Amino acid sequence: MKIIVLVKEVPDTYGDRKLSLESGLADRSGEVVLDEISERALEAALTYAEANAGTEVVAIAMGPESVPTALRKALAMGAVKAVHVLDDGLVGADLGLTAEVLAAAVRREGFDLVVTGNISTDGSGGALPSMLAELLEVPAATNLSSFQIADSTLSGHRTLDQGSYEVSATLPAVISVTERMPDPRFPNFKGIMAAKKKPFETVTLADLGVATDDESVSRSIVISVAERPARAAGVKIVDEGNAGEQLAEFLIAQKLA
Amino acid sequence: MTDFPQDSVLVLVEVSPSGQVQKSAAGLIGAAAGVGTPVALVVTAPGLGQAAAEQAAAYGAGTVLIAESADVTTKLSTPAVDALVAAAAKIQPELVLVSNSIEGRDVAARYAARTRSALAVDAIAIARDEEGVVASHSVYGGAYLVDSAASAGTLVATVRQGAIDARAEAAPLAAQVLEVAAGSAPAATITSIDEAVIVSGRPELRGAAKVVSGGRGLGSTEQFELVNELADVLGAAVGASRAAVDAGYVPTSYQVGQTGVSVSPQLYIALGISGAIQHRAGMQTSKTIVAINKDDDAPIFAVSDFGIVGDVFTVVPQLIAALKARKA
Repeated sequence: MKIIVLVKEVPDTYGDRKLSLESGLADRSGEVVLDEISERALEAALTYAEANAGTEVVAIAMGPESVPTALRKALAMGAVKAVHVLDDGLVGADLGLTAEVLAAAVRREGFDLVVTGNISTDGSGGALPSMLAELLEVPAATNLSSFQIADSTLSGHRTLDQGSYEVSATLPAVISVTERMPDPRFPNFKGIMAAKKKPFETVTLADLGVATDDESVSRSIVISVAERPARAAGVKIVDEGNAGEQLAEFLIAQKLA
Repeated sequence: MTDFPQDSVLVLVEVSPSGQVQKSAAGLIGAAAGVGTPVALVVTAPGLGQAAAEQAAAYGAGTVLIAESADVTTKLSTPAVDALVAAAAKIQPELVLVSNSIEGRDVAARYAARTRSALAVDAIAIARDEEGVVASHSVYGGAYLVDSAASAGTLVATVRQGAIDARAEAAPLAAQVLEVAAGSAPAATITSIDEAVIVSGRPELRGAAKVVSGGRGLGSTEQFELVNELADVLGAAVGASRAAVDAGYVPTSYQVGQTGVSVSPQLYIALGISGAIQHRAGMQTSKTIVAINKDDDAPIFAVSDFGIVGDVFTVVPQLIAALKARKA
């Protein structure tokens, strides 16, 4: 069985995340990291692979020249191969183009199962797994908090805003997992060393046969970007026995109670 | 030719498996009415369409297309996608609006991919400029406001729940049955549904004017009751951090943050919440933020208008008593 895990490089949420006010593009000059939810998706795939001989996990990412660092981490965690889709034509790609490119990359690699995070830390779209399933013409089971695979059928628990579903899908399929999945492993020294020898492929749009200039396809475009003023911290007091009363006065003065 | 107005906005009304129209529909129809003529689509199990259509009309979409299918409760997402395709073919909308719920975004995503339409996600406002429809997005936890549009053709947008305050006036119902050809896209099978029924007299978290949230600092389900008590005194909704949800104090639906609900109330009170960036991303656009935490270094204080370094179990009871005394 071949499991493709789609991983994403994102600006580190522990730093200040910036958008360019001219281009609307994410400013990647700060720290960038492998998205935590991507790590969970990898962990889920690797856990399955370890328990089921003959399963290989391949990590695929689309993004700029900094992405190999995130992919190396995926290899160090245990993926057997990494594929980086790198092309200047992808700068500012919308969800539609991203889905087309990733679908082409997944097809080219071949797959039984595609695993992604449910929602990325930066774009917070949560749309890509379903778009991918539509383009790959396979079932999608999104937002899974757990899953099992038996006899080429995947079954899982899907948590919704109100309530939950038990779902199943015949492989090949696309799934997305939530942060309720087990914590990802840390790459160990052996894994980091082994990662250096693993296959690492870089592919372009031409390799994937994806054209970006098809005008019959509508794209989502950014037309303006504005920065909201940063929030300034207000008053901070240490409770000396009457903080609750002080807070009550504050709320009443602000007409909030 | 079409019998529908040129400025028709197709709204996919979110309906629960048992046929309940979700509250998100009011905002979607309100947003649609702001830029055009709302035409609602309800996709339900057989026999449930009419009631859902009546609710959509009450929210302001007089014209409602009803698609009923037994597949709704067995196939994930695709019955609604197939219905959207059929509805769009009929009304030729320039905008399709779908709730940015877990289910809604899957449907919108598949629909956009199938029709090669531009997809705008998690919009907080829909407007129109001289070139067409514009979606506004709150990005990086509210640090940026970004406007987007489609380069051509229909824009498909998912709308953040609770973000739209505009409401359309109730309209007389003119329902039509929509014939839907089942698409060929393979779907996952729904094997069982557990529809949680939330019985609460409190305001809903999304769109609430005041929110009181509790974190791991509350320590247990029993002690989380303190959060509920303060919320009730203030007439606020109850939220929680991911840590409190993971610890099992409250259900998932309470979670405020990057995953979970994004809120921007007039007042947000964080009790025993350290304020990890993922939590802040879901609440930092609140008008006034109050935090009570034992840890002087908790990051929540960096975004608080009023921070108290102290024990929630002594400060909050005193606060409740003071507020009650004032009311009495």
